[in-house]
Amino acid sequence: MAGTAATGRTASRAFQPFRLWLLIPSWLMIGVFLLVPVLLMLLFSFLTKEFRGGVIWEFTLAAYDQFIFDRGLFGDDPPKIEWTYIVIFVRSIVQAGLATILCLVIGFPAAFFIASRPLGTRSIWLFLVTVPYWVNLLVRTVSMKFLIRDNGPLNELLLGLGIISKPLSIVNTDFAVQLGLFYSYLPFMVLPIYASVERYDFTLSEAAADLYAGRWTILRRILLPVVSPGIIAGSILVFIPSLGAFLAPDLLGGAKNFMIGSLIEEQFKGNAGNWPFGAAASMILLSLVLLALLIYSRQQTRT
Amino acid sequence: MSFDEKTVAIDVQDVIKKFGSIVALQRASLKIFDNEFFTILGPSGCGKTTLLRLIAGFEDVTDGAIFLYDEEIERLPPHKRPVNTVFQQYALFPHMTVAENVAFGIRMKGGGRQEIEATVLRMLDLVKMGDLADRRPNQLSGGQQQRAALARAIAPEPKVLLLDEPLSALDLKLRQAMRLELKQLQQETGITFVFVTHDQEEALAMSDRIAVMSDGIIQQVGGAREIYDNPVNRFVANFIGETNLLDVIVEQVGSDGCVCTIGTGAPLHCSAAKEISAGQKACALIRPERLRLASATLSNNGIVGSVRQAMYLGTDIKYSVLLDDGVSLSVRSQNGSGQEEEFAIGDRVGIELDKGVARLLAN
Repeated sequence: MAGTAATGRTASRAFQPFRLWLLIPSWLMIGVFLLVPVLLMLLFSFLTKEFRGGVIWEFTLAAYDQFIFDRGLFGDDPPKIEWTYIVIFVRSIVQAGLATILCLVIGFPAAFFIASRPLGTRSIWLFLVTVPYWVNLLVRTVSMKFLIRDNGPLNELLLGLGIISKPLSIVNTDFAVQLGLFYSYLPFMVLPIYASVERYDFTLSEAAADLYAGRWTILRRILLPVVSPGIIAGSILVFIPSLGAFLAPDLLGGAKNFMIGSLIEEQFKGNAGNWPFGAAASMILLSLVLLALLIYSRQQTRT
Repeated sequence: MSFDEKTVAIDVQDVIKKFGSIVALQRASLKIFDNEFFTILGPSGCGKTTLLRLIAGFEDVTDGAIFLYDEEIERLPPHKRPVNTVFQQYALFPHMTVAENVAFGIRMKGGGRQEIEATVLRMLDLVKMGDLADRRPNQLSGGQQQRAALARAIAPEPKVLLLDEPLSALDLKLRQAMRLELKQLQQETGITFVFVTHDQEEALAMSDRIAVMSDGIIQQVGGAREIYDNPVNRFVANFIGETNLLDVIVEQVGSDGCVCTIGTGAPLHCSAAKEISAGQKACALIRPERLRLASATLSNNGIVGSVRQAMYLGTDIKYSVLLDDGVSLSVRSQNGSGQEEEFAIGDRVGIELDKGVARLLAN
């Protein structure tokens, strides 16, 4: 331990003169491809919309105002709270939350299973988890729709087995969206949990059993708390992209199950869009996510 | 010794443990008595940890029975056995404080809040960790973790405490100090300790009785002195302490021992052994500290050789003497006893020993 730390320090000292130079590529990437777009969005959200898409360089809070208030068709009625977009936001949070729970319920046992395989076969299982990702997300989501449609293979199987008497309507429901999100992001849950379960020392479970704890108590009081960093990392990695997802809600949820991602996507598509409004919605989403992460990290440092 | 009168804490009866085709434990039988400091000693891979894990319940016996104070336990899951374990790497719960770790067992047993708090305080006091109660395991030194693990295992008042090489992760000085403390703790609590180690010095220093194991077989069970002075076979003799083993031929068997000849043809008087008859080949065991060196000219019993190596070890001087038949003997003479003459490499020396010092082992 001490040896590697010392080596690390020596190595970093050797690189000392070039340190700034070595950092330039990552700074460039983060700056050009992360910070600039976000700042651009922030800027656009305060500009006036052009009717054929694009913006007029005039400062206004109209986009944010439109998100929260309803001022009638001509904009001169007394302001009322506009619920449409807030409802879409809340629905998105609920959908993403449920998808995250679904991923957790399926992903945790899967990760545990992989971590408890013999060392040599673990990489095969991990590889299998990532195989679906070789196929484009759009194709995967469409295939999901094909699988669960009214006269699709899933319904035919269940009908054939006599489990149901008429086909289940899954497509165009909230559940279909959760299923799509679950399928899209499952590995983001499995991999971090695998990483922490793999490091989990199973003598801790033995020690707990030795101290009169039954199986469920060991799971709840020892295993879950010890691997919780992996669970939280996985949940964040699933929840955040789910929140902004638009493919699964569009393709599987139909028009009734609009989510933030679709809302934002609409604003930048074709001629009907409203760039400042889309940018404002993005900024609100970003702020909510950052706030949630901030609260979480505060809590982590406190414990 | 009248073992029959003592209460038996753990009774291992004909226990066999196989992992697939590998036999880890070959029909082991063992009685551990109430309030005893019992050590299972052996090299790594001898099955000692397996035996301990079978008692704790982490492994299932392939065959045989284990009794804990007359209750058959070998089919019970670990959380239903009133024994606790101190693990080799301590296995403290990293997300809990020392106090929460110590409280865990009592809480699981269903103790009341006040009882838990009182016991935790008492236990931390017992292992001198009172002021570290709110630390997390990763904020503790190795020795402190060891103490926390001990307190955690003793807190639920187990009928038997199992210790799986608990000192092996500590450095030498700390290890020696902990030996005394462990022994003291055992006497204070009156709990039966079953201690697993590969360190024979540790075993000799602490134990009331020792079981020596190798290759999944319990070779010998007895007190420290008994095992050191009277090993039943070559393995035990070699494993416990330093040993000279000489191939001899038995010449004559008498009532007070037998006369043998060693390789050089010199006679050697050995203590009596069972089932030995004249003309048989056997093996004589002599501890190096029981041998003395004298100038070859003064020596009169005929075991003669030349000093090949002399090592000054502080308390002792250790000689390696090459006998004329090519066998080498190790001799330890105490430094500062005043009577000992010092010898140099190449000196011709005679080796002297008292009657009854050499013991015969069946080959």
